Amino acid sequence: MAEADDAAAIITVEGLQDLLRAIRARGYRAIGPTVQNQAILYDDIESVDDLPRGWTDEQNGGRYRLASRDDDALFGYSVGPQSWKKFLHAPKLRLWTAERDGENASVTPEPPSSDRLAFIGVRACEIRAMEIQDRVLINDVYVDPHYEAARARALIVAVNCGKAGGTCFCVSMHAGPRVEQGFDIALTELLDGTEHSFLVETGSDEGRALLAQIPHRLASSREIEERESVVQRTASSMGREMRSDDLNELLTSNLDHPRWDEVATRCLTCTNCTLVCPTCFCTSVEDASDLSGARAERWRRWDSCFTMDFSYIHGGSVRSSAKSRYRQWMTHKLATWIDQFGSSGCVGCGRCITWCPVGIDITEEVRAIRGCDASAEESR
Amino acid sequence: MKDIADLLRHHPFAEGLDEDTMALIAGCAKNVVLQPGDYVFREGAAADSFYLVRHGAVALETFVPGRGAFTFLTVKSGEILGADWLIPPYRSSFDGRAIELTRAIAFDGKCLRGKCEADPRVGYEMMKRFIPPLLKRLQGARMQALGMYDAANA
Amino acid sequence: MRQTLKACAPSPYPMAPSMTRVTRFIRESAEVFTFDLAPERAAPFTPGQFNMLYAFGVGEIPISISGAADAPERLTHTIRAVGPVSAALGKLQAGDRVGLRGPFGVGWPVEEAKGFDVLLIGGGIGLAPLRPVIYWLLRHRAAYGRIGVLYGARTPEDLIFGGELEEWRRTPDFQLRVAVERAGPSWTGDVGYVTPLLSKLRYDPADAIAMICGPEVMIRATALALEDAGVADSRIFVSMERNMKCAIGHCGHCQFGPMFICKDGPVHRYDRVRDLLAYREL
Repeated sequence: MAEADDAAAIITVEGLQDLLRAIRARGYRAIGPTVQNQAILYDDIESVDDLPRGWTDEQNGGRYRLASRDDDALFGYSVGPQSWKKFLHAPKLRLWTAERDGENASVTPEPPSSDRLAFIGVRACEIRAMEIQDRVLINDVYVDPHYEAARARALIVAVNCGKAGGTCFCVSMHAGPRVEQGFDIALTELLDGTEHSFLVETGSDEGRALLAQIPHRLASSREIEERESVVQRTASSMGREMRSDDLNELLTSNLDHPRWDEVATRCLTCTNCTLVCPTCFCTSVEDASDLSGARAERWRRWDSCFTMDFSYIHGGSVRSSAKSRYRQWMTHKLATWIDQFGSSGCVGCGRCITWCPVGIDITEEVRAIRGCDASAEESR
Repeated sequence: MKDIADLLRHHPFAEGLDEDTMALIAGCAKNVVLQPGDYVFREGAAADSFYLVRHGAVALETFVPGRGAFTFLTVKSGEILGADWLIPPYRSSFDGRAIELTRAIAFDGKCLRGKCEADPRVGYEMMKRFIPPLLKRLQGARMQALGMYDAANA
Repeated sequence: MRQTLKACAPSPYPMAPSMTRVTRFIRESAEVFTFDLAPERAAPFTPGQFNMLYAFGVGEIPISISGAADAPERLTHTIRAVGPVSAALGKLQAGDRVGLRGPFGVGWPVEEAKGFDVLLIGGGIGLAPLRPVIYWLLRHRAAYGRIGVLYGARTPEDLIFGGELEEWRRTPDFQLRVAVERAGPSWTGDVGYVTPLLSKLRYDPADAIAMICGPEVMIRATALALEDAGVADSRIFVSMERNMKCAIGHCGHCQFGPMFICKDGPVHRYDRVRDLLAYREL
């Protein structure tokens, strides 16, 4: 997938319907945003009717509510509790099965799924999160074959955010809101009174081929300007901000800061933040056998550095206090990730803030450690 | 408000010290108060002080990953605290943490070493007061290491 | 910045073990045992690297290789039974199969130590990951200066590699001191902590490389004792341990500050980890 083409196009809502049809006709399973359980969740979609038309979200620390918009925007929300890692880095996966017969035994690895997935409505922060996970799971010493296959096969239909979420700070993390690369097709929803269309950019051969299949026209310079103002409007209305140029030095030199004790009085170590974070990649393995002992399996499942067992060794956990576990998560995400993988682990999507049951705000924690706690009061 | 020499005079360590020597070493000392949980010294850090505990208690401990802090000695009222300041490289071997509100007389190690170097008679008086408690601790540590309370030794 | 290296001839499924035959099983002490594996394809390893060993249906644990690196067709592992997986491995017999993945990790600096005096300090089961270094040093004796090995154990009954200890004691141009913390009257060797034995070794601290393996508390104390003796912290190497589930840098469990113990370690140069070691619960 390359950078965006210069020639932007315009499609209507019917054009979007055609696009979905064309994508599915190529054998893709289309996954997109849907309204379920009072949230916007990623699930199989067949048509534009499955999208969250006229819905938006109100997010703040420990708070997520859907609300009605006064228009019919299809992508008028920011991000829900899920990220695309649910599909690329499966929550539960069987790694292999093993058979034993007397002195002989053998292991049969599970091949990657052959599903071809098309992700509809991917945000800039989510593309950045995928690139970050690529560096962990594909571009390091060992390659995860399941993640690699799913990633290579995925079709990305991205969307430029029309609205910043209450907890968003992608601008601070240089991860959005503009979708710049890593997509096959990028859409910007343009709503002007009764006019409802999408500005389309292509970023790959497949994206170009798909566009060629559906009715479209070239975008006018006014429409291209409109895309710019959508992006600018979103960029200037971020719900949070975080100075991010000095976090490695700041956090690694403050491992004994009293703020860690303070946040530990609030943190429940419930692991919500790691579940919703689009870059958290930690997993654990479970080995099991059947009653006869002749057949065994190994499964991999998501894990979290917030669990007591995570760091268990020699009869105890290295990180047994909530303080040490919160410190591990935050310093890894913002600081040591840079030493390990050359970039921050945070994309500023705000999910950890929204979905923390007690509303712990990573941007506020950073501010407190940096010593400027006053601004935390203003941003509430 | 008592002055340092007064506080020192009432500590068992100073028993038998003449007034001049007491005044001399008091010149290296100040009064300190530690809250419960305060660290007196940390493993690996510079050991630059010697303490006479007046009231309270300090735990000497080492941290074992996965198991927590193991306390192997508590230093109480009337006892001496800190031995690493005596020998180069003057670096603490363990963590020392106040477990109660603790009041102590803190001597600057370099200052005290200097005064002992300058006047061997003062040095010998100090040595007579260090060796017995440290020897007792060594004897206790030997007994502790034997693990005589373990089930296998009952 | 860590260098990104692709594993040489990596398996397409790095989480799938190959079921490998046990060829020898011996008991070292009440809690410790050693067994050899005969891999189908002998993958070369360096002293200090480890394998992930899988007990069928029970689980998988990281175990340092404790045998000679110049004979990778025989993979020797020495284990202390402390949990369900190690207990299951302790019931193995020759002919049984064990799941094998590896070798993993950064090993001891045997190349870098050429020309230097070498000090090895092992505490308890920590002697096992150092044994491949002993074999290596003896095999390439002329490439190294003076060699000193210190081994500390709880009691004489807990000593491992008993026959070899005798052999090494008798080896010329090779210093070995063994100390136990507590002993009965039949023990005539040293009793005490292991670090004071440093002063009994003959070596040039300005020209020595030291490798320490054992409980983390012992590593901290021994590194400081070596520094007191004049060995620079960039010449001291320590083997770290943390919870491991994958050994390939994907599960996140083995992190210690910015390091992944499975791929940046388990052997680390002491000056790079000494600050991290000072923090509790890191």
